[in-house]
Amino acid sequence: MLRGLLTLLLFQGIGEAAVYFSGAPIPGPVVGMLLLFLALQLSRIELPVWLGEAGHFLIRWLSLMFIPACVGFFFLSSIETNQWLAVAGVILLATLTTMMATAFLMALLLKKSLKSEADNQ
Amino acid sequence: MIEAVNITLLLILTFAAFSVAFWLYSSSKSRPIIHSLSHPLVTAPLIVSTVLFCTDINYQQYREANQPLFFLLGTATVALAIPLHQQFHNIRSLAKPLLVTLLFGASFAVIIALITAWLLGASMDTLISVTPKSVTTPIALGIAEKIGGQPSLTAGIVVFTGVVGAIFGPVLFHRMGIRDDRIKGFVLGICAHGVGTARAFEISGKCGAFASLGLGLTGAVTAIILPWLVISFLK
Repeated sequence: MLRGLLTLLLFQGIGEAAVYFSGAPIPGPVVGMLLLFLALQLSRIELPVWLGEAGHFLIRWLSLMFIPACVGFFFLSSIETNQWLAVAGVILLATLTTMMATAFLMALLLKKSLKSEADNQ
Repeated sequence: MIEAVNITLLLILTFAAFSVAFWLYSSSKSRPIIHSLSHPLVTAPLIVSTVLFCTDINYQQYREANQPLFFLLGTATVALAIPLHQQFHNIRSLAKPLLVTLLFGASFAVIIALITAWLLGASMDTLISVTPKSVTTPIALGIAEKIGGQPSLTAGIVVFTGVVGAIFGPVLFHRMGIRDDRIKGFVLGICAHGVGTARAFEISGKCGAFASLGLGLTGAVTAIILPWLVISFLK
């Protein structure tokens, strides 16, 4: 567990450093995630238990870590009053429409790839 | 001395609100709609905000005290590589449908957000600030800065988009008759970033892995296409 946390922190640090020196508009942890993924894929060893434990512990409480950011929404003062409708509308309508369309397309594509696999056999 | 007490109390506030919210959430399992509406991501921030309003503590102070959680969010993001690695055999065989869905989802999200905002009378400033709304917050902030939106507005919109997607997404999938955890996860990751990914891990490990993939890829794709799209159409 301790070794796992250390490994994750190490990759977070490498990610942050990579972003700092390259100036890429990507967050450091995302780069860290990609690097850790590559390391795991290329190492060809079984996932160490200590790493799995540490990772799953953090992921289990992911919602908790979002709370402070979510609270920020209630303290937004930069929206002009006449823009509230547009902002709320975009969040609700656009998000739900996008989810519906994306899920529909993916279901269609999965069905198609399943069918072509069956045809090949 | 008093400073340390304040910081501790504000951190405790987050944990306490989350515990109460989590208890509410797990005790409403028998009613599906109330259950998804009472998700800790909705109720816990409500509890925290109410306490902050009543005690006249400003958000900046609360945010600073909760810095450890913001940092851990980064560590947890790195940890998403683990389920991704474990599920990669499922993902590799689906490379093509996943890639098509990703490109469609990422561009559709931007276009529909622009159209809706424009129809509802958004100003140019708002219009630009809403475009990166489906991407994880740090990437969205980077993009907003680059294309000239308001970072604080973008941050709020991004977080709220995640919450809306995470709360209503599963209800939507149920209505559409979608039972495949791969679809649920990937769509949650594309449309509702980290918040959706957290929700996806509650459904199953496979669902969470597909969400992590969607989250990472959408961030990268949007960071590349959006500045170009906005510059060519809005300016």
